[in-house]
Amino acid sequence: MSIDKNQVKKVAKLSRISLDDKNLESLSNDLASILKFVEQLNKLDTNNVKPLNSIVDKSLEARKDKVNDGKIKEEILKNSPDKNKDFFIVPKVVE
Amino acid sequence: MSDLNQNTLTQITNLIKTKKISSLEVTKFFIKNIEKAKKLNSFITTCFEKSLKDAKNFDSKKNYNGLLPGIPLAVKDLFCTKNIKTTAGSKILENFTPSYESSVTNNLWSEGAIILGKLNCDEFAMGSSNETSYFGNTINPIGKNLVPGGSSGGSASALAANLTPATIGTDTGGSIRQPASFTGTVGLKPTYGLCSRWGIVAFASSLDQAGPMTKNVEDCALLLEAMSGYDPKDSTSINKKKEKYSKNLNENVKGLKIGIPKEYRIDNMPKEIDNIWNKGIDILKKSGATIVDISLPHTNYALPTYYIVAPAEASSNLARYDGVKYGYRSKKGKNLIEMYENTRGEGFGREVKRRVLIGTYVLSSGYYDAYYLKAQKVRKLIKNDFDESFKKVDAILTPSTPSSAFKFGEKTNDPISMYLNDIFTVPVNLAGIPAISIPGGLDSKGYPMGLQLIGKALDEQTILNIALTMEKAINFKNSINRWWEN
Amino acid sequence: MVGKLMEKDKFNYFIKTEKNNWEVIIGLEVHAQVVSDSKLFSGSSTKFGGKPNTQVSLVDSAFPGMLPVINEYCIEQAVKTGLGLNAKINLDSIFDRKNYFYADLPAGYQISQYKNPIVGEGEINLDMPYGSKKIGIERLHLEQDAGKSIHDLSPDNTYVDLNRSGVALMEIVSKPDLRSPEEVNSYVKKLRSIMRYLGTCDGNMQEGSLRADVNVSVRKKGETKFGTRCEIKNVNSIKFMEMAIDSEAKRQVELLESGKSIDQETRLFDTKKKETRSMRSKEEAHDYRYFPDPDLLPLKIEKSFVDNLKKKLPELPDQKKDRYIKKFNLSPYEANVLVSEIDVSKFFEEVIKTADIKLAKNWIIVELFAVLNEKNIEIKNSPVTPKNLAILINQISSGNISGKIAKEVFDIMVKTGFSADKIIEDKGLKQQSNPEEIKKIIKKVLDKHSEKVSEYKSGKVKLFGFFIGEVMKISAGKANPKLVNEILKTELKK
Repeated sequence: MSIDKNQVKKVAKLSRISLDDKNLESLSNDLASILKFVEQLNKLDTNNVKPLNSIVDKSLEARKDKVNDGKIKEEILKNSPDKNKDFFIVPKVVE
Repeated sequence: MSDLNQNTLTQITNLIKTKKISSLEVTKFFIKNIEKAKKLNSFITTCFEKSLKDAKNFDSKKNYNGLLPGIPLAVKDLFCTKNIKTTAGSKILENFTPSYESSVTNNLWSEGAIILGKLNCDEFAMGSSNETSYFGNTINPIGKNLVPGGSSGGSASALAANLTPATIGTDTGGSIRQPASFTGTVGLKPTYGLCSRWGIVAFASSLDQAGPMTKNVEDCALLLEAMSGYDPKDSTSINKKKEKYSKNLNENVKGLKIGIPKEYRIDNMPKEIDNIWNKGIDILKKSGATIVDISLPHTNYALPTYYIVAPAEASSNLARYDGVKYGYRSKKGKNLIEMYENTRGEGFGREVKRRVLIGTYVLSSGYYDAYYLKAQKVRKLIKNDFDESFKKVDAILTPSTPSSAFKFGEKTNDPISMYLNDIFTVPVNLAGIPAISIPGGLDSKGYPMGLQLIGKALDEQTILNIALTMEKAINFKNSINRWWEN
Repeated sequence: MVGKLMEKDKFNYFIKTEKNNWEVIIGLEVHAQVVSDSKLFSGSSTKFGGKPNTQVSLVDSAFPGMLPVINEYCIEQAVKTGLGLNAKINLDSIFDRKNYFYADLPAGYQISQYKNPIVGEGEINLDMPYGSKKIGIERLHLEQDAGKSIHDLSPDNTYVDLNRSGVALMEIVSKPDLRSPEEVNSYVKKLRSIMRYLGTCDGNMQEGSLRADVNVSVRKKGETKFGTRCEIKNVNSIKFMEMAIDSEAKRQVELLESGKSIDQETRLFDTKKKETRSMRSKEEAHDYRYFPDPDLLPLKIEKSFVDNLKKKLPELPDQKKDRYIKKFNLSPYEANVLVSEIDVSKFFEEVIKTADIKLAKNWIIVELFAVLNEKNIEIKNSPVTPKNLAILINQISSGNISGKIAKEVFDIMVKTGFSADKIIEDKGLKQQSNPEEIKKIIKKVLDKHSEKVSEYKSGKVKLFGFFIGEVMKISAGKANPKLVNEILKTELKK
């Protein structure tokens, strides 16, 4: 499997990263060589191997159902590039 | 003012504890060092006003029993610090000021430490030379044209140049150990889950670990003790009693079995590295340890595995940088999708884009099984390799890196050659186990090279003890002439 | 010309055209908000209707370095719901990230469960007019809700409120076992009823606590292979679900009959035009890149935890129905009506604590429901409380008032909320049960209509009813009908 420019374009779209033609060209080359590198794994037969699900040997710990957060609207909004006193503001969403 | 350039963290701690020196004096000393070291570009942000205030505040207290009494420290700019700008080395977070403090840095301040500033790093910790930082290259104090390693390059540079008595970094694939190796310092990546990830800008969640970077092993034990600990806010944090690494530090390695993995003797490895490795083996033998030849058969597959798993997680972790809640937003774009694309296109650097794109690709429909799932299976095999080996040995000794520090620009055009830098460090992250890099000696160019000790999960104490023993025997001296101060 | 020829036969729902008889295959993905105080992975409140962005933590708004910690009560709620659906509880499950960009999805991914959900296969029993029908449940998983994008506050911008961001949802996926809008109606109501009995979802569709994605496909009657399906996203009322299925099924049939094929796609139901339309812009980028969330470990549930919940499970609608039928001698229809909503069954059980069962069920099903329907109010807000209805019924049982008077009293109760006792007392509506008094009235009537008495005695027995009517008229309906009957018979024999 190798990656071509069209696929990189598609992946860039999925990743929401704009790429100009120059960047598209050179990143396509980079990605192709990285993929070639990682495809070394194909040499290994892993049919009977279970994938690693977690690196920590414990089960998920849960917290109590308590309301102890929120009510920090100013803190939440303060870093936003565009907001008013109540909302985050983003350019119009087009359907 | 006293010259603290030769003092270790532990020594300064004792000086302050015995009131031979005040926190303010120490703080002023390091501020002065930092101000003279602009050329190194190790800092992204300094906050001296706060440092001095905190130091005075500390000195006015009568009692202090923290592990880091009044110790000024700079930290990697990947740790969120309350009311202090946190950038992760990225344009996209250029103006981000968190309202919260990461658990690990909070632990340091709770032990009495004082913040000096935020250290340069590769953008989102993605890099092995600190060249991907939006805030410019950080210089290795060893030589003007040398990279300090990465991604905790600013941390290593600042530490080697004594701009901070110790520091903390994060290590996802070698980001503490490789820069430590390149700068002749000590760096430890703890067991996954030993230090909380809460409040650390995430790169690859299943691999990221914060750890200490220090001048020697004793300091390393002290700082690890201060920063580690269970955190209920991090679901992957290990719930166990805090270890007393400093108190339990000793040089007794007699009877320990040390594994030497044959797969780490790679082709084209500089002879000097082999020599330093062999020297390390001899030291251990002389100290009464038993050397055992072992095999970690899937070592060769660690890097390819890493370069699937880490980008996959990163592609998802970095989705939150979209110009809505915080950080950079592009002015271009008529609608939401265009705003996203331009924000991320302009806000992320090239290496971050590479990894986000690779990560998106390996998770995308039709490729998941071939790449991501395959990598998780191989990751399991790599972990099994270590599990098997640790049935036979107490620790494993390897070189930290396949070369010493390289020059700026030397590897930037070839991502694979850059990635190969992490060939010895990455397997440890994949297995979630601890490892420490200590200076092993100098190569013919006079550049430091590190040795890595890998331990069992949660057995940091054993590798610290072995490291201490080796450190004494190696007696490494960095030849740094503070050239940047002119 | 599909629409005109469509008809619904007694047992099933087909779309009939000149050429074919089309079967409609429906599967539902119901999103049910979990009843909990705090969110699935953070400690902010889940309360409905808060001021914008006031119920948002750093975790809900995905600040750098923030990590999720799971709410144990949400796990419990999901397991309880699974048990209520007779489903397999998976002791090992995994949380995954579903990746996509949207203004109200702060992390750029939703934490959900993909390959290993917390609950596996189960089933729901529907009572349809043509008999009972089992609908298979494919799975139930836990996931986070997104925030809210508000598009109508500004012409150029969208406003984002993250209060809902991170609220726990259960996605309950049915098998493609549903065959008509009516079955979907019944399925959603049954599911909602079960969750309300369990207290795991309040089922409030106006507040968005229950929404569904509806998968629709059609095939010719008798075929066994499924057709290509379309998913109608986020339909938030049962009525709209029914309309959406109807219109979508017709659209598909028209396409197929004109020789075209169906594109598998996501569609939206336009509630104004009453038809579905394609959501193409979103469709293009559909690739959620699910993978296990590395911030969370696999969820392991102890079997004893499940067993314990099972023991504490309340009586569910089906069990309650069986009990009503057996114990109270109700018809399946009556039992069904009384158990379908937990609030109705609670009301009923409260009334029969002190009142006659047969009268209680009739009064609730006939009189009370008529009032509630007319006024469009829920039974928990009924103007007649269970206690007051019981008092009224006891007045009937003890012969104090007749059924007819009782209806008058009931109407006043609805208007005023007063108790039956007070109304009967105030208005002097108490039944006349004194035989002497009744005898007096009867005598008066018989005297007045002596020629009719003669006619009666000569065989025109139908006049009995006339005499009764006259007696009731004079007594203003208060005379005890039973006594009137008896005494009248005796008097006429004289």
